[in-house]
Amino acid sequence: MKDDPTLPRQPRLRAWFPGGSLLWPLAGLGALLLFNLVFATGFFRLELRDGHVYGTLVDILNQGSKAMLLSIGMTLVIASGGVDLSVGSLMAISGAVAATAVAKGTVPFGAAVGAALAAGGFAGLCNGFLVAVVRIQPIVATLILMVAGRGIAMLLTDGQIVTFEHPAFVFLGNGHLAGLPFTLFLVLLSLGATALVMRRTAAGLFLESVGDNERAAALCGISGTRVKLWVYAFSGLCAALAGLVATSNVKAADSSRVGEMMELDAIFAVVVGGTSLTGGRFTLLGSLIGAILIQTLTTTLYNLGLEPAIAPVPKAIVVVGVCLLQSSRFRGELSGWLRSRRAAA
Amino acid sequence: MASLKEGRRVKLRHSRSLPLLATTGVLAILYTSASLLYPGFFTVRVFLNLLGDNAFLGITAIGMTFVILSGGIDLSVGAVVAFTGTLIASLLTRGTPPGWAMLLALAIGSTFGGAMGFLIHRYELPPFLVTLGGMFFARGMSFVVSKESVGITHPLYQQASDFGLPVAGGASLPLTGILFLGVVALGVTVAHGTRFGRNLYALGGNEASARLMGLPVGGVKIAAYALNGFCSALAGIVATLYMGSGNPAMGFGLELDAIASVVIGGTLLTGGAGSPAGTLVGVLIFGTLQTALVFDGRLNSWWLRIAVGLLLLLFILLQRVLSRPAGARHP
Repeated sequence: MKDDPTLPRQPRLRAWFPGGSLLWPLAGLGALLLFNLVFATGFFRLELRDGHVYGTLVDILNQGSKAMLLSIGMTLVIASGGVDLSVGSLMAISGAVAATAVAKGTVPFGAAVGAALAAGGFAGLCNGFLVAVVRIQPIVATLILMVAGRGIAMLLTDGQIVTFEHPAFVFLGNGHLAGLPFTLFLVLLSLGATALVMRRTAAGLFLESVGDNERAAALCGISGTRVKLWVYAFSGLCAALAGLVATSNVKAADSSRVGEMMELDAIFAVVVGGTSLTGGRFTLLGSLIGAILIQTLTTTLYNLGLEPAIAPVPKAIVVVGVCLLQSSRFRGELSGWLRSRRAAA
Repeated sequence: MASLKEGRRVKLRHSRSLPLLATTGVLAILYTSASLLYPGFFTVRVFLNLLGDNAFLGITAIGMTFVILSGGIDLSVGAVVAFTGTLIASLLTRGTPPGWAMLLALAIGSTFGGAMGFLIHRYELPPFLVTLGGMFFARGMSFVVSKESVGITHPLYQQASDFGLPVAGGASLPLTGILFLGVVALGVTVAHGTRFGRNLYALGGNEASARLMGLPVGGVKIAAYALNGFCSALAGIVATLYMGSGNPAMGFGLELDAIASVVIGGTLLTGGAGSPAGTLVGVLIFGTLQTALVFDGRLNSWWLRIAVGLLLLLFILLQRVLSRPAGARHP
C-alpha cells in the first residue's frame, strides 16, 4: 500500500517494517537459513571439485536464476501498475526459437540467441501495445499470450522436443566461470545493467511516477504509454533470457514444460521482495532476494522429503500470508489484537 | 438527420445484447464452415457430444461468469476441479456412499471459494494473487489426497455413464450434458431473476456506487466466489462422471479455457456486463473449434491454443470498442 497521510490510523507494525524496505524478505530468508542450519545436515557445506564450487547454496542460486531473471522484468512491470502473466509462455517461445536455430547447425550461435531475444522482446512489445495503447487490463492482455504463446512455441518445434549438443548453448545454462555457475554472472549482469539504467537515469523516476499516479505523471509531461510499452518489452526480453537458460539446462526445447508456472514464481518473488502490486515504488534488490527466498523455500521443502507435487501447498500459504501482512487493514487488526492481549496480561 | 444517426450509433454501442449477438454470429460462422468442410459434422450426435464433452469446462465457466461479473477473477478453478474429483474418487474406493462424497465435495468447494472471496474483500488483496495462491493450494492438496489417478468402480457411476436422454435421430444427450444445461438454466435465473443477480451487476458496474446505494457489497462479492467454488466442485463431480476416475493432475489450464469462454461469450472482464447465456455460446465456440480439429486430423492440438488466443484477442478488442466511453472516463 502506498503512503497516504489521509489514512485514518497507521498500524503500529508499519513502523517496525516500513514498506519497500529489504528487512522483510531478508528476515524471511534468514529464518529459512537458520532453520536449515539447525535441522538440515550439510546444507551449508561447499565443496571444490574440478575447480567448481558445489553445494546446496550454489544449487539454490543456480536453480533460482530463471526466477531471478524473470523477476527483474516483472518488478518493472508491477511498478508500472501492471502484471505480466505471459512470461512462462515467452520462455517456451524463446527456447524453441534458439533450439530450432541451433539444431539446424547452419545458424551462428550469436544469431540464434539474438533471434530468441528479439522474439521475446517483440512478444513483450505486443503485450505493451495491448496494455498501453489499446488500454486492456494487464492481466487480460498478457493472458492472451499466456494461452497462445505455448501453442506458438509448439508450432515452432513442430510439437517435438528439439535436442541439441551445441557447446556454447549448453555452457549458457550449465557452464562455470571462476568456479561459479555462469548463470549467476548472467543474473548479476542483468540486474546491474537494469539498476544502472533505472537509478542513474530518470527512467526509474518516470516508471515510479507512472505506476503511482498515471494522470499526475501525464500532467508532468511523462508519457505513461511510452513507459509501459518499454516495460513490457523489457519483461519479454528478460523472459527470453530465462527461457534460454532453462532450455540450456535440459539441453532441449520442451515447449510444453519450459517455464511452466514460472510466472507465479516471478510474481511471488516481486511481491515477497516488497514491491507493492498497486504499482509505484519498486526495489530490484528486494525482488532478487524474494526469488532466492522462494527457491530456498522450495529446496528446503524438497530436502525435508516433501514431494514436488505437494510443495505448492506451503508455498501458497507463505505467499498469501505475505500479502496479508502487506494489507494495512490486516496489520491494523493484528496490532489491535496484540495490544488487547498485552492489556489483558 | 446527422444527429439522429449519431444517436442511433451511440445506442447501438451501449446495447447490452450486441456482444451476445456477435458471439452467436461467430458460433454460427464457425459451425457452418466446419459442417461444410467436414462431412458428418452437421449431425445431432456431434452437437450433443459437444455439450457432453465440454460439460465440466462449461460448468466452471458459468461459475467464472459470476466472479467476472463481480469485477474479479478466479484462477483456482482447474485445481479445485482436480481436488474435488480426486477426493470423491478416493472416498468412493473407501466405501463412502456417493451422495455423501458429493455433498462433502460441494461443501468444501463452496467454503474454499468463499474463503478466497473473504480475503479479497476484507483485506483488499488483488483477486488474481489470492486465487493464484488458491490454485497452488488446491493443486497440492489434490496430490495429498492421492498421488495418482483413482478409478471409480461404483455401480452408480456405471449407470450414470450409460444414461442418456434420447433426442431425435437415435442420438442421446449424456448425463454430463444434462447437468451442464441445468447449470446454465440455473445461472441465467440467478443472474437475471434474483436480487443477488441485480446486486452482482451493480457491484461489477461500479463498486463505489453500489456501496453508496447501500447494497451489501461484501456479502455479494464473497457469495460470487463461493458460488464459483460450488460450480468448480460440481464440475469436479461431472469430471469424475465423464472420465470414470479422479485424477489429481486433471484440469491443468482449465481456468484459462474457462476465462476465454466467458470473454468470448461477451462478458466484460471489467465486470458488470454479460450473461451466463453468452458463456454457453462461448463454451460451444470453444468446443466447436476443438471438435473441428479432431475431425480434421491434420491439425495438432496446439492450433487450438493459438486459435483460442486469437479469438480472445478479437473479442477483447471488440469489447474495448464497445465500452470506449467508459474507458475514456477511467484511463
